[in-house]
Amino acid sequence: MTLAARDLAYGYPGRRIGNGVSLKLTRGEVLCLLGPNGSGKTTLFKTLLGLLPAQGGSVLINGADARNLSREAVARQISYVPQAHGAFFPFTVREIVLMGRVAHISLFAAPTHSDHAAADAAMDRLGLTALADISYTRISGGERQLTLIARALAQEAPVVVMDEPTANLDFGNQVRVLERIRELADTGTGVLLSTHDPDHAFLCADRVAMLHGGALMATGVPGEVMTAENLRQLYGVDICLTEVLLSSGGKRNVCLPLGIRGETI
Amino acid sequence: MSSSRASSGFSPVLIISVSLLLLLVMIVTAFAVGRYPVTLSDLTRVLWAWANGGTSGLDATLEAVVLQIRGPRVMAALLVGAALAAAGAAYQSLFRNPLVSPDILGVSAGAAVGAVLGIFLSLGVVMIQSLAFAGGLAAVAMVYFVAKSVRGHDPLLVLVLAGVVLGALLGACVALMKYLADPYNQLPAITFWLLGSLASTDARDMWAASPLLLAGMLPLWLLRWRINVLSLDDEEARSLGVPTARIRIAVIVGATLMTSAAVAISGVIGWIGLVIPHFARLLTGPDFTRLLPVSVLLGAGFLVAVDTLARSIANIEVPLGVLTAFVGTPLFLWQLATAHRSWQ
Repeated sequence: MTLAARDLAYGYPGRRIGNGVSLKLTRGEVLCLLGPNGSGKTTLFKTLLGLLPAQGGSVLINGADARNLSREAVARQISYVPQAHGAFFPFTVREIVLMGRVAHISLFAAPTHSDHAAADAAMDRLGLTALADISYTRISGGERQLTLIARALAQEAPVVVMDEPTANLDFGNQVRVLERIRELADTGTGVLLSTHDPDHAFLCADRVAMLHGGALMATGVPGEVMTAENLRQLYGVDICLTEVLLSSGGKRNVCLPLGIRGETI
Repeated sequence: MSSSRASSGFSPVLIISVSLLLLLVMIVTAFAVGRYPVTLSDLTRVLWAWANGGTSGLDATLEAVVLQIRGPRVMAALLVGAALAAAGAAYQSLFRNPLVSPDILGVSAGAAVGAVLGIFLSLGVVMIQSLAFAGGLAAVAMVYFVAKSVRGHDPLLVLVLAGVVLGALLGACVALMKYLADPYNQLPAITFWLLGSLASTDARDMWAASPLLLAGMLPLWLLRWRINVLSLDDEEARSLGVPTARIRIAVIVGATLMTSAAVAISGVIGWIGLVIPHFARLLTGPDFTRLLPVSVLLGAGFLVAVDTLARSIANIEVPLGVLTAFVGTPLFLWQLATAHRSWQ
């Protein structure tokens, strides 16, 4: 299973946001999309998912033009985790997660035993079992985000697209979600996620794509692409990249912003 | 996790059994109340005989009261109440808005314009029903497109306001036709009909409207689980694999057909489509597979009860629309005050 964009232009009719985006995601890898506010990460994701029409170029799912696929066919290949939001009706966490099964349930049917099992497994994987019968309107922002991720897992698509899955989470939950994302990729799912924290790319990404001014500035493995110079250009602030020695013996890059107290490198 | 965060803990079977029991009590009461009381045993004997094609051996007047007078009327109240409540539940889920209903969306007003036009032109029952349906569908389509094209405002508010504004316009159309109608013949017919009443319902109306009501219910029932997904954000529903536009249209057409058929039998009866689904949701939670049957049962029971009240509290019949408004307005205000707490 591959999800690819070929020379994709995205935006809204009369207001193009980005151009010439080409990227490819295969099963088992985490591709992390970095970009400042307003660079169009969400719009790009929605275009990849076919929720917005491509303004040019094409989206390919397994090599087939996504425009020719039904919503149901797309949903069986790609699931989507939107940014956590309020709910209109007080559905329980279990009911929300079950809705992830809709592409597997025929038009007039209700969820069967196997759908319930898939939803339970997804909730279990994200530690939501205790919240299953609580109303979605009564849980915290972080728990909502985890619920939406569980719904995407229940969808059992080979590729997951996540729009800032860590945005509403506290420090501990951010790490836990990144662990889950890594685990998903290690068990064969392809993950495309956006984040505002470059360190997240160091933590879990196999490849990084940098979106700047509506175009891909750089794409590649984190160690090569995530240079201080690239990050400075991307975010417009001075950045120091440094290597931290871990007690286990390994090393990891971390990204530090500079300039707040007048420091320079 | 703390139990205060748990949702309503009643089992669905219990809720449905209690609603059903309540409905049966309302039906028996409806037969018992009136100038000619019918006891439960009389009622069962007459109905048994009617179903088997035999005779009950009871007084002919009593048989006539059960079969020709109260029977059709109770039946009409059941169907209209069920239809309005089911349509209201569907609109609320579909528009993601607990404050909409057939009357607030202008569907009832649109159907009323169609039906009044039919009366004005002295058309037959089937034509009146068709015009009511066309009017209702046109109204909901207009409200939907107005709400969709007005951007940058709270969509919940815009939808309700669009319905209210369009309702006022349609009200003016009805007023115009009343003004032009023959004051001795058509005007009283239109006026009584607009106030909402089941007094003049006969078996013929029922035969004309029931198939439409059931046909409208069909998409709601078949798509009952899918409707849950439609009550999510539109893009989310599509990303989950639901072609939202097509399913939304099927459900809106079904709900509008039911509303129009109900309006064509009974005139404009407000508030049921708003208040009943809300109460049902408090009992069952928002899952439409449970919300729909409970709304149907409660709606049917509520209208049978209100209709019984309408013909028994005074020497003259109180119009149903008047009575439901007196009951519904305080409930709506209470709902408005509490809606924000439970839906955000």
